[in-house]
Amino acid sequence: MAELLRVTTEGLYCEAGDFFIDPWRPVARAVITHGHADHARGGCASYLASVDGLPVLRARLGADAPISTVAYGETVQLNGVHISLHPAGHILGSAQVRVEHKGDVWVASGDYKNGSDPTCLAMEPVRCRVFISESTFGLPIYRWNHDDIVRSEILDWWTECKNTGRVALLLGYSLGKAQRLLAMVGHDGPGPIVEHAAVASMTKAYREAGVALPQTRVAGEGMPEGGWAGSLVLAPPSVQGTPWIRKFGEISTAFASGWMQVRGARRRQGFDRGFVVSDHADWPGLLEVIAATGAERVLATHGQVAVLSRYLSEKGIDAGPLATRWSGETDGTESEPAP
Amino acid sequence: MKAFSTLYRTLDGSKRTNQKIAALVAYFRDCPPADAAWAIHFLSGRRIKLGVRRADIKAWAAQEADIPQWLFDESYNAVGDLAETINLIVPAGKETLGHGLTWWIEERLMPLVGATPDQQRCLLVESWKQLDPSGRFLWNKLLTGAFRVGVSRGLITRAVSEALSAPMARVEERLMGPWVPGPGLLAQLGDAASAADPASPRPFFLASPLQDKITDLGPCNEWQAEWKWDGIRCQAVRRGRRAYLWSRGEELVTEQFPEIARQVERLCHDCIIDGEIVARRDGSILPFHELQKRLGRSVVPKRILREIPVALIAYDLLEQDGTDFRDLPLSQRRGHLEELVRPVAGDQIMISPIVEGDWSELEFQRSQAAQNFAEGLMLKRKTSPYRSGRVRGDWWKWKVDPYVIDAVLVQSRRGSGRRAGVFTDHTFAVWKNGVLVPVASAYSGLTDAEMKELNAIIKNSGLEQFGPVRTVKPEHVFELAFEGVSRSARHRSGVALRFPRISRWRRDKVAAEADHFPALEAMITKTPIIKREITGELFPDWPGCGTDPTNQ
Repeated sequence: MAELLRVTTEGLYCEAGDFFIDPWRPVARAVITHGHADHARGGCASYLASVDGLPVLRARLGADAPISTVAYGETVQLNGVHISLHPAGHILGSAQVRVEHKGDVWVASGDYKNGSDPTCLAMEPVRCRVFISESTFGLPIYRWNHDDIVRSEILDWWTECKNTGRVALLLGYSLGKAQRLLAMVGHDGPGPIVEHAAVASMTKAYREAGVALPQTRVAGEGMPEGGWAGSLVLAPPSVQGTPWIRKFGEISTAFASGWMQVRGARRRQGFDRGFVVSDHADWPGLLEVIAATGAERVLATHGQVAVLSRYLSEKGIDAGPLATRWSGETDGTESEPAP
Repeated sequence: MKAFSTLYRTLDGSKRTNQKIAALVAYFRDCPPADAAWAIHFLSGRRIKLGVRRADIKAWAAQEADIPQWLFDESYNAVGDLAETINLIVPAGKETLGHGLTWWIEERLMPLVGATPDQQRCLLVESWKQLDPSGRFLWNKLLTGAFRVGVSRGLITRAVSEALSAPMARVEERLMGPWVPGPGLLAQLGDAASAADPASPRPFFLASPLQDKITDLGPCNEWQAEWKWDGIRCQAVRRGRRAYLWSRGEELVTEQFPEIARQVERLCHDCIIDGEIVARRDGSILPFHELQKRLGRSVVPKRILREIPVALIAYDLLEQDGTDFRDLPLSQRRGHLEELVRPVAGDQIMISPIVEGDWSELEFQRSQAAQNFAEGLMLKRKTSPYRSGRVRGDWWKWKVDPYVIDAVLVQSRRGSGRRAGVFTDHTFAVWKNGVLVPVASAYSGLTDAEMKELNAIIKNSGLEQFGPVRTVKPEHVFELAFEGVSRSARHRSGVALRFPRISRWRRDKVAAEADHFPALEAMITKTPIIKREITGELFPDWPGCGTDPTNQ
């Protein structure tokens, strides 16, 4: 059977339908799984994305970007190829792309997680013959705790910061992670929540899309009454070591990421605390989703490609690598591209 | 185990000395005395040899986690720490046991000694199921001998002395000696009545690298210059005609250097001498790697004893016949040292020669250090007391400027511990007959920004592979600095570089412009000659023994 999707110099290409999924170079037709910079790049002549993700994508690609939207599950036809988007549970509007042609079904996962997230729809595994799966956390050391546990860890830390007169600086991706953290802490925090401008613009997009988030203020608007101490500041990891953080006075710095599962990763970057919160599937999550797709063939991309392929192969699944340029969750040592 | 976990978390998470000390004091005061003793044992870097094979631990963990061995190994590569990998992978048990530190050590670690692999496996698996996550992490650390946390000896000393309200000096001296953990240890450390073990060494005075200009040190005649030897720092203790040789790591190395011990026993007085053990043959100091052949063995074979003769180069005297000399000025200590050692000085013990001259002469001498197989000069203030630890100001090490070559990065390996997952261990090569020959591995020297950039390059170059090592396309040139080159049969290139480190990234150079092998060969230090200023003679039965030479 011919390859329905393959990697070219531009991106993941469907020849039968003549379109790309999350291309890394400008192309005529791009189907976008979600708004993170390594998946949604500017310059394409037309975009197709989920309607849920439109405000986010607009914030990233600009108000004039030629974006068409579909609802989850709705089918678009291109040259006899059926394309539909399905919730990936990664961030607001994130989608898996199901591509069907002459009875052959492929699904490109984009980034996904199958845990709970109050800011987006839960991941729905889609049955297919070939599943292109991300593998960011494809090692058995990665097992996420339930959100409730992390939530109380964060609130405890924040309270401790307040009690010692410090600012709780919580670092995380400005798109997706920051809003999920906001929703997690909700209205229960011991002080005001302050956002970095990059976070604030994404939070605005989330609110426009109807996601309920606690009240926040932008750091640039000035100091809250009673000073910065005791507030929770949400910012992208790139602010680490920049003059921006100086105005807050004494801070305790925490990073919210799946990488914080490993002690060395936290210590190396000098974080005071690490909270294990990821928008990617953990090891059991990857295996669970892959099994639920019923795929007879799995192509692993960005992350633990070799490990996941080998493990699945030993379990009797036809598995191999697919070399894409998506990066998954970076560990905070690389700066996040500006929104 | 909970109290110890809490202590560990504070010590590990805090950068503030006062916070660390407060946590230690609270722990020592509140926990059972036996727990405190074990905590001191492990916090001060001591281990217990359990005789459990690492490969076995890995295999049992993989079986418990129900994953293939290769997947466990891959996980270990990503984590960089065996204790933590086990903690993350092996499923936790349903109920945890609430025993204290001593129980987990004496009931669950000590019985591993001499047990069969099957028995060991039972103990491990059971313990993994019965410990809570933070306790399990620590227990695994003790099990694998990798327990480390950011507290210095000085910090422990301060905390113990505060907890016991005992003077620091007393606690410090007793911590140096050969004590064993047990419920009585704390009392023993603080009790005024119990004398310190007479055979223990004193805290070492450590020199700092000289960064200022040499002329900023003031008049040259206030300083004593000696060679900085490339050997093993040692305190030789003589007590009642018995010798004890202590390394800086406070390990007894008497057995490794029996000929030095015999000479120390021949000294006329009980004493504590500070000095450097070097390998020395026919009046020449041998490279450090020769000396290393003496170490790590319980019994040194006769052949090694013969082939690698050693000597103690004595440079300070801390105590004689129970009188503490440490507060005397160096010039007086030196006088006593010469009187004490001269009668037995010879091939096994010699007095560290004083290098004479004004600053410019010393500068010249320093440049000649490699010929003497020294690393440079030591500068010691003549009026200085023998201090404890690394105190700046009185003792400086003034090393020779390093050698440099431009080499090509050919391979990188992921680090472990806090460098887990990051490519930190780099292998460099130079050209030899048209091919790149690896000559050195270097770990440090890059800035954080450069390290990040290099990591991105390594991650993105080449295909995804298994294991911690990546072959890197040979296109990045780095300047390496090192202290010397010697011939080596153990290295494939045939040479060994001493202390190689990255000094800068030569972005201006391409691989073809890197150095060639003959450049490195030209740097090989010639067999060095030591000026035998004080050779002395051997007096196996020095007639003055037992009498005080100062009275003669």
